[in-house]
Amino acid sequence: MSDVPADPRYARQAPRRPLRLSWSDERVRNIVWQALVVGGVLAVFYWLYRNTSYNLEVRRIATGFGFLEREAGLPIAESLIEYDPSMTYFRALLVGVLNTLKVAIVGIVLATILGTLLGIARLSRNWLLARIAGAYVELVRDLPLLLQLLFWYALLQALPGPRQALNPVEGVFLSNRGLKLPFFRWEDAHSWAMIAFVLGVVGTFLYRRWARARQMQDGQPRAVWPIGAALMGALPLAVWWALGAPFQPDIPFLRGFNFQGGLTVSPEFFALLLGLTLYTAGFIAEIVRAGILAVNQGQWEAAQALGLPRGRVMSLVVLPQALRVIIPPMTSQFLNITKNSSLAVAIGYQDIVSIANTTLNQTGQAIEGIAIIMLVYLTISLSISLFMNWYNARIALVER
Amino acid sequence: MTTPKRHILAGAFGAAAILATALPAVAQQRPAQQPAAPAAQAQPAPAAQPQQQATAPSGSTIDAIRARGTLVCGVTTGLAGFAAPNSQGVWAGFDVDYCKAVAIALFNDANRVRYVPTTAQNRFTALQSGEVDMLARNTTWTLSRDTSLGFDFGGINFFDGQGFMVKRALNVQNARQLDGATVCVQPGTTTEQNLADWARGARIQIRPVVIERLEDNVAAYIAGRCDAYTTDVSGLASTRAVQQNPNDHVILPDVISKEPLGPLVRHGDQRFADLVRWVHFGLVAAEEFGVTSQNVQEMAQNDPRPEVQRMLGRTGGLGQMLGVDNLWMINIIRTLGNYGEMFERNLTPIGLQRGPNALWTTPGGLQYAPPFR
Ligand SMILES: N[C@@H](CCC(=O)N[C@@H](CS)C(=O)NCC(=O)O)C(=O)O
Repeated sequence: MSDVPADPRYARQAPRRPLRLSWSDERVRNIVWQALVVGGVLAVFYWLYRNTSYNLEVRRIATGFGFLEREAGLPIAESLIEYDPSMTYFRALLVGVLNTLKVAIVGIVLATILGTLLGIARLSRNWLLARIAGAYVELVRDLPLLLQLLFWYALLQALPGPRQALNPVEGVFLSNRGLKLPFFRWEDAHSWAMIAFVLGVVGTFLYRRWARARQMQDGQPRAVWPIGAALMGALPLAVWWALGAPFQPDIPFLRGFNFQGGLTVSPEFFALLLGLTLYTAGFIAEIVRAGILAVNQGQWEAAQALGLPRGRVMSLVVLPQALRVIIPPMTSQFLNITKNSSLAVAIGYQDIVSIANTTLNQTGQAIEGIAIIMLVYLTISLSISLFMNWYNARIALVER
Repeated sequence: MTTPKRHILAGAFGAAAILATALPAVAQQRPAQQPAAPAAQAQPAPAAQPQQQATAPSGSTIDAIRARGTLVCGVTTGLAGFAAPNSQGVWAGFDVDYCKAVAIALFNDANRVRYVPTTAQNRFTALQSGEVDMLARNTTWTLSRDTSLGFDFGGINFFDGQGFMVKRALNVQNARQLDGATVCVQPGTTTEQNLADWARGARIQIRPVVIERLEDNVAAYIAGRCDAYTTDVSGLASTRAVQQNPNDHVILPDVISKEPLGPLVRHGDQRFADLVRWVHFGLVAAEEFGVTSQNVQEMAQNDPRPEVQRMLGRTGGLGQMLGVDNLWMINIIRTLGNYGEMFERNLTPIGLQRGPNALWTTPGGLQYAPPFR
């Protein structure tokens, strides 16, 4: 895509001149130096590789990824997919990756919402609100995340035991075993309804785009909500209905040591999510505040002069422009949440690091284990970066 | 659209940077650990020949330790009776005594040890990478640890098995009653795997809570996050002993596994492995012969039994065969006592009985040392 206008300064190319094989030719020198540096780096890597494989050989330490096929034998407390200890290391690691993604994605969404609200609150004309938001930001930014995680975990452990569980609403139990919520038995029909819902969201989004584009042409505003309600509400319901409308309530109840049934939010997950969200929201709040402040005061005034109320000035005029400043540093925060989720080990949430560490402990294959961890984080991080860069580029086009 | 491209490049460089920082830890094992090893110094080998250093003749660990002047010993992060810093911050315990015994054999000085606390999770990488010379750390001898992890075990200094601890108030009598219970367990242990195996075999449902640090793990059990805490019975006894009210906790009678614990070293250095192994045998043999910290000098002078004379270095030159001073056992016993004395000093106070760790000459005892010859 060459829609970026070329800088006129670079438009004129320097005249080509033949390469002289002489040290006094700058280009020759450049090539030689660069070859030396690249060669040096490669040599170092080769040396590391040789040294490592040699040492592994001397100590008869197993190598390779064959262990992935072997039975893991390690217990995992919570998993998004079916897992039991007789399954393979590969499966166990997959469970770890999904657990990492789960906490990272939920954390990113919640931290973004909370951070944005806090950032706006800090600029509020309400003195108390602004101060509270400011104090919050200072507090969470200044305490190490690990400490905060341990704090939340200890706090959740201080809840009463299952027999004395808090029972604020029928079917909801809060104890040191986590939060128990009533749910219903999940069946295929529900999965299909979910898929229909996701398609509905995409459909609504596309419709909205189309409606906006049309409005630009004919000036007719079109309400999005009826279509949205149909696609995101009626469609999944219809699918569910068509598949027999199964619904079996699954209410948690106490039997023996623990609650059975229902939906569980474990203290480990909850503490990690809480810690990551509250901590990162503090940083996001500052980014949002900076982004809003970066929008020229004139924009506010102009928008207000048009008669827009303050809230709409914010959402229609200021925030869209602030986004340009907000998005790039936001990417870093999203990456931080993802990477900081590895502190999970400390409070017993079994993310990829926890499970890979146990794997490398059991197999002794530290290099492979670390390589897997690196690969997972690189993949997740690069995906976030690429997505955010794409989004950033899209937003940047709006710039005038 | 240069941004994404630049980002991939930056990512690639980032990856290189991570790789560069992640790999040396393992890759540099030897060179980092024994820069002053005489064997490596003797040959003016340029740095680009890793072979020269890594193939240094066996015995290089001993040489490296001697050159460094201290033994680096991996211990627990704190398990009363086995290895824990006392009120003065000085490490003490049964496993610590094993570190000291090896240091005495090498230097005739029990203080020439640097203790490195390791968690169950990171202990093996620490030993593989050369961060520590040996582990004396409640570690179970298993086939995979002996082979694919690349270690050699220096005997079994504590015959143990895995058990469960619960709060007395829970009124649980045996492990089978734990069906449906939540159990705290440390990751990276045989304990963790045994728990899964046992639950599967007994068709019992167990919910694990897997926390890396021992302290946090025990705290979670105490706080009631878990109904039970499982580890080696010795570990349970130790943890129970340091609770405010030990009587509030019971160790269930069931033992679900065999946990032969012992010191271990890296593969590839038989001489050091031999030394660690025979230090252990020496301690056991000393008890068998009735040699104690009190009478060791006198026995060396007067005991007529030839094996005692050999063990205590009066005859036979056994110490030399191991590459240490012939008086190694005298020095060890004088300072630390024999196996029984070490047990009594460290483990009896936390409520452990000799049981299978009695000498083989006692009924039910398993501790046995091959001949000193
Ligand atoms: N014997 C088992 C368990 C050893 C183990 O790590 N036990 C725990 C609990 S007794 C321990 O010593 N932890 C001390 C620490 O992590 O510092 C093994 O070798 O895997």
